[in-house]
Amino acid sequence: MSTALALIPDAAPAPLPVAPDPTPAARVAAAMRGFAAEIGALSAFRMESCIHCGICAESCHYYIATEDPRYTPIWKIEPFKQAYKRESSSFAPVMRALGLKRAVTATQLQEWQHLLFDSCNLCGRCSLICPMGIDIASLIEQARHAMFDAGLAPSELYEKAAHQARTGQPESSSEPYRDQLLAIGRKFGVAIPLDVAKVDVMLCVARTDIERYPAAVAALARVMGHLGVSCTFRSDALVAENYGYLAGGKDLQRQISRRLIDEAIACGAGTLLVPECGHAYSALRWEAADLYGKPLPFVVRHVTEYLADALRGGTLHLRNAGEETGSVTFHDPCELVRKGGVRSAPRAILKALGVTMNELLNHGDFAFCCGGGGGVIDMPRAAPLRYRAMEIKLREIDDTGARTLLTSCSDCRRTFDDARVHFDWDKSPGSLLELVAANLVTVAARP
Amino acid sequence: MDLLGFARGPGFWGAFAVFCAGVVWRIVSFALLRIRHDWNRPRAGLARSVAGGVLATATRSYPHREFIGRTGAGEALGYSYHLGLFAVVLLFTPHIAFLGGLVGLRWPGLPSSLITVISVLTVGLFLAVLFRRVTNPVIRMLSNFDDYFSWCITMLVMATGIAATAHIGARYETLLAVHVLSVDALLLWFPFGKLMHAFYIFPSRALNGGLLSRKGAAS
Repeated sequence: MSTALALIPDAAPAPLPVAPDPTPAARVAAAMRGFAAEIGALSAFRMESCIHCGICAESCHYYIATEDPRYTPIWKIEPFKQAYKRESSSFAPVMRALGLKRAVTATQLQEWQHLLFDSCNLCGRCSLICPMGIDIASLIEQARHAMFDAGLAPSELYEKAAHQARTGQPESSSEPYRDQLLAIGRKFGVAIPLDVAKVDVMLCVARTDIERYPAAVAALARVMGHLGVSCTFRSDALVAENYGYLAGGKDLQRQISRRLIDEAIACGAGTLLVPECGHAYSALRWEAADLYGKPLPFVVRHVTEYLADALRGGTLHLRNAGEETGSVTFHDPCELVRKGGVRSAPRAILKALGVTMNELLNHGDFAFCCGGGGGVIDMPRAAPLRYRAMEIKLREIDDTGARTLLTSCSDCRRTFDDARVHFDWDKSPGSLLELVAANLVTVAARP
Repeated sequence: MDLLGFARGPGFWGAFAVFCAGVVWRIVSFALLRIRHDWNRPRAGLARSVAGGVLATATRSYPHREFIGRTGAGEALGYSYHLGLFAVVLLFTPHIAFLGGLVGLRWPGLPSSLITVISVLTVGLFLAVLFRRVTNPVIRMLSNFDDYFSWCITMLVMATGIAATAHIGARYETLLAVHVLSVDALLLWFPFGKLMHAFYIFPSRALNGGLLSRKGAAS
């Protein structure tokens, strides 16, 4: 195992029940006890239901690409099954007394850091294949929490999560994002609503878009302006991404979500609109209220479903973009489509744009991940394995023969762009939102 | 009391008591763990979530089209020996007499000759399952004592059943006693290992399918 996987001494800021200055072994032991104590009935039931059939391996692009059995999804939670059986399962006292399940060790968890972070995109494809119906992805997410508590979150993710919880941005930038946002408005000639006191919709922005795809930021503002919706970005809660979610740090995830929740409440928004970012949607739509401890007083919508609603409601009209794009293939972001439930919206928009679709062999619910999800794109050490896994996806895209590749997640775009450089690949991923913004039909121009 | 009398009498009822208590404990012990309330606004109402759970219970019985090329053979093997087991346990006339006596019901069975053929085929499939478990790198890595012990005890029940029916190796009464004792052993082991999946499989599919459907997610 490489030295990059060594324990990060201060990776977990949350106080653990070992003090003072716990050794790595004590920290791991406490984290595992915490994991077992925290495990709910649902997760316990999922772990107990596994019959060791190994079928989940056949869904995972890391296994398919390498045929390395370690990449079997359910194997990625093996130490946590061990901890659960030893500490809180039906026969835990017997397990401990007879030594049938050994305590999880720091060395074991160090090895599993590679399996839980570097070689898992949290894409959830494994959850669709299990004959017992186990939602394996949710178990892996829970295992990441324990890894974080054990001080074993990868430094790239931990540092961004901690920075984002503290400052609102995952990393320092030459200019604050607020200023960059306004500069994007000036560059693209679009009004950026910022810090409006009372609105119907609060907007936030993918940090990846600010840094790499500013046209997508402008597209969001342009579309919202076109729809005539009262909306605003908020200086104190601009970033949609949640590195706490990716790192497995629940407290950091809570702090990061809370920043957006508080600002949405402050401006009276009835809707918090998530930009083209998959994991941001999962974190806000499907986890934020649990961390908040009560229902959110607003709805969370992804921009893709918001636009599909506008199409359905007759407030959004689009030009035919077929000539501009040629044949199109669409990459379904896992967090949005398979896991998030936004399953029909992207194709409803593509249909309204009148493009010719060449679907991927595995698309919709069964699409392969781009390879960058789950924070993997942020971990340089994971790149060689990621490239092997994503070759499956790239081949499928090439096989469609489509001229244009579109998606609705900025991290997926970033991953494909990275592949373009690495493989000297000839596709450049585009944004569905940008295509919509470029083909708006104004009221006067409507037939 | 002879061996057969013990196996059918105190042996069986003792094992059955452990089986019942163990199964109940394995299920009840989940309730002692925390049940989290999900505060996130569902996409689907209760009816659609329940429908999603029911649908997943059915659809997880066969591979999705997207996976069938990679998993079809393994799943076919798995389901085949399960079907063989069910046929032998539930449709062999002496088993019907015994089980029917327990629950006060009778149902039609299959001819003994057909049951013999199914039994031998099932044993063959069971051997193939073991071969796959030890030769497939993924399954071998996942396997533990529970997997092999559960296989052994189930195989013992099948092998002694065939031996008793075919009168191979000893007096019928002795063979039958050994067969019933192996059933007692299976009942004793059942709640402690993976055989519990017989009770988990449908609730697991339904629960996970229902929760995914609540989100509108794929299930």
